[in-house]
Amino acid sequence: MLRSLSIEPEKCTGCLQCEMACSYENEGVFNPAKSRIKVFVFEREGRNVPYTCTQCADAWCKNACPTEAIQINAATGAKEINNGLCVGCKVCTIACPFGTVNYNHATGKVIKCDLCGGDPACAKACPTQAITFVDADWTGYSKMRNWAQRTDTQSSAQV
Amino acid sequence: MRYAIIGAGPAGVVAAETLRARDSGGEIILLGGEAEPAYSRMAIPYLLAGQIDESGTYLRHTQGHFESLSIQYVQDLVKALDVESRRLILKEGGSVEFDRLLIACGSHPVKPQIEGLDQPGIHHCWTLEDARSIAKYATAGSRVVLMGAGFIGSIIMEALVRRKVKLTLVEMADRMVPRMMDQTAGNLIKQWCIEQGVDVKTSTRVKAVTPDSSGKARYLLETDGAGEIPADLVVVATGVRPTIGFLAGSAIETRQGVVVDDHLQTSVKGIYAAGDVCEGFDWNSGNRAIHAIQPVAAETGRLAALNMSGCKTLYTGSLAMNVLDSIGLISTSYGAWQGKAGGDDAQQLDASRYKYIKLQFEEDRLIGAITLGITEHVGVLRGLIQSRIALGEWKQRLVRDPSRIMEAYLAKTQ
Amino acid sequence: MGWHKKVLRVNLTDGSCNAEPLNMRWASEYLGQRGLATKYLLEEIDPQVDPLSPDNKLIFATGPLTGTMASTGGRFSVVTKGALTGAIACSNSGGYFGAELKFAGWDMVIFEGRALSPVYLLIKDDSVELLPADDLWGRSVWETDEILHRRHQDPQLRIAAIGQSGEEGVLFACVVNDLHRAAGRSGVGTVMGSKNLKAIAVRGTQGVKVKDPARFMRVVNEKKQILAENAVTGQGLPTYGTQVLMNVINEVGALPTNNAADVQFAGASKISGEAMHEVRASDGKANLIANKACFGCTIACGRISRIDKTHYTVVNRPEYWGASGGLEYEAAWALGAATGVDDLEALTFANFVCNEQAFDPITFGSTLGAAMELYEMGLISDADTGGTALKFGSAEALTKMAELVGKGEGFGKILGLGSKRLCEKYGHPELSMSVKGQEFPAYDPRGIQGMGLTYATSNRGACHLRSYTVASEILGIPEKTDPLATEGKAGLVKAFQDATAAVDSTGLCLFTTFAWSLDDFQPQVDAACDGEWSLERLSEVGERIWNMERQFNLAAGFTGKDDTLPKRLLKDAAKTGPAKGRVNGLDQMLPEYYQLRGWDDAGVPTQETLSKLGL
Repeated sequence: MLRSLSIEPEKCTGCLQCEMACSYENEGVFNPAKSRIKVFVFEREGRNVPYTCTQCADAWCKNACPTEAIQINAATGAKEINNGLCVGCKVCTIACPFGTVNYNHATGKVIKCDLCGGDPACAKACPTQAITFVDADWTGYSKMRNWAQRTDTQSSAQV
Repeated sequence: MRYAIIGAGPAGVVAAETLRARDSGGEIILLGGEAEPAYSRMAIPYLLAGQIDESGTYLRHTQGHFESLSIQYVQDLVKALDVESRRLILKEGGSVEFDRLLIACGSHPVKPQIEGLDQPGIHHCWTLEDARSIAKYATAGSRVVLMGAGFIGSIIMEALVRRKVKLTLVEMADRMVPRMMDQTAGNLIKQWCIEQGVDVKTSTRVKAVTPDSSGKARYLLETDGAGEIPADLVVVATGVRPTIGFLAGSAIETRQGVVVDDHLQTSVKGIYAAGDVCEGFDWNSGNRAIHAIQPVAAETGRLAALNMSGCKTLYTGSLAMNVLDSIGLISTSYGAWQGKAGGDDAQQLDASRYKYIKLQFEEDRLIGAITLGITEHVGVLRGLIQSRIALGEWKQRLVRDPSRIMEAYLAKTQ
Repeated sequence: MGWHKKVLRVNLTDGSCNAEPLNMRWASEYLGQRGLATKYLLEEIDPQVDPLSPDNKLIFATGPLTGTMASTGGRFSVVTKGALTGAIACSNSGGYFGAELKFAGWDMVIFEGRALSPVYLLIKDDSVELLPADDLWGRSVWETDEILHRRHQDPQLRIAAIGQSGEEGVLFACVVNDLHRAAGRSGVGTVMGSKNLKAIAVRGTQGVKVKDPARFMRVVNEKKQILAENAVTGQGLPTYGTQVLMNVINEVGALPTNNAADVQFAGASKISGEAMHEVRASDGKANLIANKACFGCTIACGRISRIDKTHYTVVNRPEYWGASGGLEYEAAWALGAATGVDDLEALTFANFVCNEQAFDPITFGSTLGAAMELYEMGLISDADTGGTALKFGSAEALTKMAELVGKGEGFGKILGLGSKRLCEKYGHPELSMSVKGQEFPAYDPRGIQGMGLTYATSNRGACHLRSYTVASEILGIPEKTDPLATEGKAGLVKAFQDATAAVDSTGLCLFTTFAWSLDDFQPQVDAACDGEWSLERLSEVGERIWNMERQFNLAAGFTGKDDTLPKRLLKDAAKTGPAKGRVNGLDQMLPEYYQLRGWDDAGVPTQETLSKLGL
């Protein structure tokens, strides 16, 4: 069974430990600007919303890539960037309707969540279990999935 | 079932793979018009810039990829289509019969009617072969004139700058990337490029290209407004046009491109079109439109293949979107960035720091956008437009601060 | 490592912004943040300068662990000569700003001089610009925050700013960052205002590296676990915030009430952490809507509250209907018990205004308490206040005065002087509940004896955050001592002061010390920072900082005579509760404290002490 990140914003305190863990895991430095997960703070609502790639079935990023630089990891289901093939054209960054693929100026490549190869650092670092790594059919995740589908208006299958 | 696909660009390749996934027994013939492996034109600038080698432009990197999927990859040009007999006539004399056909042969560059453009040393930058020729002449310090500052010209510009040539960019319109950027953004990009050392001449028309009799340069470009410009190499990027010539006389309806319906089928049953050659619909307006961009090529290739294989799938139009890196200044445009009558907009400009964002609304929905100097989470603009999210109170918040697009999306979806 | 080894120096007079290397010898002696910035200040200014003159400097300093994954690693300090006190001022804040400054590649920003007209500083990594702020002047922190985010099109921009109070010279103005986190005390915002510096906006993308990443990660994870399992940091603070203390302190008879006339407040439970959780009858919602962590914090004691829309303070004022920083204990005490007001919504509103216009709720509440006493004595009239009756218990008086202080208008101008100057003005200096010009907070030294010595000897004027002996005397951390006893408190205060000075120089939060001792900081510092950081060295850094701050104050003109308490605490016995009949026994503690410190009878460090500490 594939596992996915489950995010429960109501548990998030906005501490950004997830962003730190992500940047440390992937870049070897504490640097939220390079994090693949981002916490959005809604001040007037008192809400903090962690947000990252849902590894959506549509794989907009992968489909838009002109050089096959985004591939699916069969073991985790994650869409992963192959830095050797990525030319930095940024088409995936505009094609992902969730805004979760970002350009990294320092490397000239793009970055996105790859589930850390199956053991996401953000979930381990979260002190309030707002981010957990669970079976893919977990309800919290299906909510995000629903949105992934709602966004998919370009092709509504009539099967 | 026998499927033929004309064109081995992104639309054709995605279609072939989708067909194989849907129909394990069908015969699939993929026709590439150039003597190259299936490759991505989008990657050519990166090849020219020296960031990748030729294999980096290939659409698929696994050895024997098409064979392993039992996709026949044929390198030949299609000369004509015989609708009656369901047959393609090839340039080298052969022919291919099909039950279902996908026309995904893309577009080709056009040269403006200017005297002297047919000489050697004047190139498009469209094919791998073009790239090889340009690479020969575009060496450090050489004088290069790039004609056309549209999207393609601007991407090539970046590559030429990386080759350290002495670059002059000539554009007829009054700003750079006029079909992707408004006046403000187009002028800012121009200003930026000038600061990076490119001699950008907008509102300038090339009248003739003649050999430089003085011998100081290879050519002299006579312009209207900018005097004579010497050049060792001229790169022409003044536009592309769907490749539909071979369809002349067939029953396939064409206008600018191959006209398709809401299932990407052409006027002839069983024959479909996708990618740059395909005249589909603009997602925003519903009007006929050609969006010659990578994501649309891949998406229409996939949808067309689904329909060809019998999985009826609605095509609701293509959303225009572009991203451009102009020597480090990154810009994007989405959808109806020009706005719509009766709609309203929100914008924020910081010219001295090259930052700009402009949002276009229809009632409380986002329909288009332009950004400059913003790279984080830009994709969400697509999400907001494509999901037709009613922004409610967030519209006013975006009018106050258009940079809060990600928050608006999250607030409305999570 | 830990440090970027880079300081940004901004000369507001000539508009120059220059990078310079961090003095690493000082960093090895003072670590960072509080200690290191104070060292710079002491070296660079004459301690006798007028705090509001261009000769004073204002330093924003991070610690070596700011911006790391250590829990609570988001702290920064604002160090200057205090506008309220004339003493060394070091105000610590959390939120996201400090870490962002670090991510931009700067350990410290030193502001000197005074801008000709209002300016703000924009930092984006190495790019630093001083920009005109004429259009921001006269605006609140909240408006400034919104305008700068919009102008620079970056939702991730982190902003620290002053409000109108700081512009108008309210002497206890603070610097508020991230809308509701404050470098709160001693008038550091007033100094910022005097320099015509409205705000600092920062975005950093460079990150922070540590010396031994693998060991650092292992250690910080262990230490986070300790926080999670501790009753205070794992349960009490997350559930109630610092407001967990309101009922506790009231019960032990140490809640200064009505300008410290009393030590227990009848309305305490109505303004407590528990009350913030209760569903309001008016709208069916609780005051508290969420916990909020500062950067990197795994405790999350911060409160996010929403005011009842029907409450008189906000009716027809939708700008206050959104959620914002809720009451923390000291603020709830100052706005509530010190003034006798028990209306939780009014307190929350006043707290919002303190954040919005950036002024210190502790000094404000205590000053208002003093003004209420003077009013009830007939010394302040309705004519003085513009018609507001400053009666103890009046929520209307509280919220009205908060708004006036926020804008520096009307009687707010007088209250903006702080209680010491206010009480002097009305002829009763003894009614100011302050030491060295700064009001003491929410722990009455008659009921918690150690806090008397804490306030009397605090280098930045009365403050609980210089040696929080409440931890030992009330909560039993690290071990229980008798709050009514004076024996042993001199040693306790000294130990807490030194450890706190070290902790305040790391970039981590003092609240971790409910669960951590210096032993727990040491391996985190050692794994992050260049050099060897033993426990002995860290303790010595703390003691060195304390003595250095003392030197600053002595040079600024303070003497041992200023190590005292308001007469009320020394002469008027507590009327109720466990401490009934007690005054504070400062005279029994202070001589021993001087002795333990290695100071002479006049409170001056001996030559031997100074040379031992390398001062």
